[in-house]
Amino acid sequence: MLEFRFHGRGGQGSVTSAELLAVTAVADGKFAQAFPSFGPERRGAPLEAYARVSDEKIRTRSKVYKPEVVLVLDYSLLAITDVTKGLKKDGLLIISTNQDVEQVREETGWQGRLAIVDGIKIAMKHIKRPINNTVMLGALIKASKCVTMKNMEEAVQNRFGRIAKINQNAMEEAFDVVTISEGK
Amino acid sequence: MGKRKGIESSIALADAAAMCRVDGISAYPITPQTHIVEHLSEWVNDGKLDAEFVPVDSEHSAMSAACGLSSVGARTFTATSSQGLALMHEILFIASSMRFPMVMAVANRALSAPISIWNDHSDIMAERDIGWIQLFAENGQECFDLTPLCFRVSEDKRVVLPSLLNFDGFIVSHMIEPIEYWDQEQFDAFLPPFEPQIRLDVKNPTTMGVVGVPEIYYETKMVHHDALRKAKAVVKEGFAELEKTVGRKYEVVEKYKADDAEVALTILGSLAETAMTAVDNLRKKGHKVGLVRPRLWRPFPDEEFIEAVSNIPVLGVADRAYTFGAAHHPVASEVKSVLFNEEKRPKVLEFVLGIGGRDVKVEEFEEMFMKMIKVKDGAKPFGIEYVGVR
Amino acid sequence: MTKKKDPLKLTWKEIPLGFVHSDYMSSLKNHTGSWRSERPLWDEEQCIKCGVCAMFCPEACIKEDENGYFHADLDYCKGCGVCAQECWTGCITMKAEE
Repeated sequence: MLEFRFHGRGGQGSVTSAELLAVTAVADGKFAQAFPSFGPERRGAPLEAYARVSDEKIRTRSKVYKPEVVLVLDYSLLAITDVTKGLKKDGLLIISTNQDVEQVREETGWQGRLAIVDGIKIAMKHIKRPINNTVMLGALIKASKCVTMKNMEEAVQNRFGRIAKINQNAMEEAFDVVTISEGK
Repeated sequence: MGKRKGIESSIALADAAAMCRVDGISAYPITPQTHIVEHLSEWVNDGKLDAEFVPVDSEHSAMSAACGLSSVGARTFTATSSQGLALMHEILFIASSMRFPMVMAVANRALSAPISIWNDHSDIMAERDIGWIQLFAENGQECFDLTPLCFRVSEDKRVVLPSLLNFDGFIVSHMIEPIEYWDQEQFDAFLPPFEPQIRLDVKNPTTMGVVGVPEIYYETKMVHHDALRKAKAVVKEGFAELEKTVGRKYEVVEKYKADDAEVALTILGSLAETAMTAVDNLRKKGHKVGLVRPRLWRPFPDEEFIEAVSNIPVLGVADRAYTFGAAHHPVASEVKSVLFNEEKRPKVLEFVLGIGGRDVKVEEFEEMFMKMIKVKDGAKPFGIEYVGVR
Repeated sequence: MTKKKDPLKLTWKEIPLGFVHSDYMSSLKNHTGSWRSERPLWDEEQCIKCGVCAMFCPEACIKEDENGYFHADLDYCKGCGVCAQECWTGCITMKAEE
């Protein structure tokens, strides 16, 4: 079973990312869960969302404490949140940032597998708004191979309707350009 | 068989209610409420469901309107949670004693004060004695499957009582998970059209809700109690039919690796799933542990429960609500009183956990089992353990 | 058809579903007029035919006649005096039964 934690701010779409991941995993024939950190919903407030993907029926309702994958939608959260907390040593950290690998490693202290992409830049290019949740799913799929791109595109189509295409384009670009740095 | 999809449990439950072809939905649409009635209002608004959607000003009104809908023979549905269920309190007794079939989904959540929107069983345990059929669903699939089951049992002419489907707030209600939908034909075959046994009809006038003077009130309560006790057989029939329809087996008392267990835990709701993972982990280490959960809470399936636990030396009971001031909390009270006169019965150990959304980890269940194993091996039984309280 | 049992003597197994009463217009069989110790009398000189008495009558037994005046059906009038209390012109007096 793979466990995921998403870091974002209220309104950035991190809960939606977790949902799309789970919906896609189910469409792939797997078992999955997605859930927000339950509580008041406040725009701009730091929040977490979680997901689980497994080949077998998932039998736990507790929070995710030791994720295999952490995805950070907003680089500014690094200053106020320990995004690598509980992240397994052989896990994967994915961050939306315009910094390079060395700078991110220095800032996070993370020595494991790292994937970075400038999600906001790609979002501004395709979606014309700084909403990078679908963008980062492209990076996630490339780096973790946890779900298929085909079913993710369908999930995005069902979720976003007329604005699905620009989200799919952004997701594909992130998939193509994400920088993956293997751990030490 | 319908499509398997990743979807929020609340939305799936709403879809199941719609596919039951409900005629009337009354609900208080805002906090504390889940996405269930919001999604049903979309079904009605989009013209996909021919039903009356009655938005009202409070849950007290929602339950009153539900009684009205059921009294004219409408297949009636509503949903609530937490304070909303508490506000319905007085009308809940009226719905059951006037024998109005209907189904209510309840996302179990804590009660104020302090203000909490999170999951525990305080709301439903305060409504234990309302005279409704009460079942627990442990996951989204069960929410979907048990919605038509509830209608089927409620409307059965041997029952004619309202049903309440419990599922955990947030950790089930807001969870996206894989759910296998039924086809509409499966719904229609499993759940025949509603044939009301009593209804308001101008061509055939009747009076509902009359006075019960001391000479007759007692007898009306007796018949209500008897009807609810007898509903168990109809629930079992429904489970058998459900298995024939979709292949999933449901029992009034669910067992997980309990047949050879030396130590077992009783817990209601979705935390049983987390506990299953603990059972699997401990079984790998050679410990004979298991779970016994009454899925049917009212009527309480005492015969099945006694049979399930009589050969188990130590039984733990995990409560997710307080009975303030009592010596035992609600599920433990029930279990202990059911077992008291049995010659062959387990030692019962009590736990309280998962209050007001406090997370319970797999490891915590493992620790609970290990403590119970020590008692099985001769350690002194302990009183109530409040797991994780500071 | 057997003789109907006194509803207050039913055993719990005989209680109708939901304790619904299907005895249509059974209240007509209850001749509350037998409870009366005073009867209302209308002074038609003072009566303005407003009908307030009929509106307030808890037994709904006050009816308007062809001339627009009101009278109580003494089979059901229990002599409560609400009509006399509510009458605007004070045209109703309660007279003791002999």
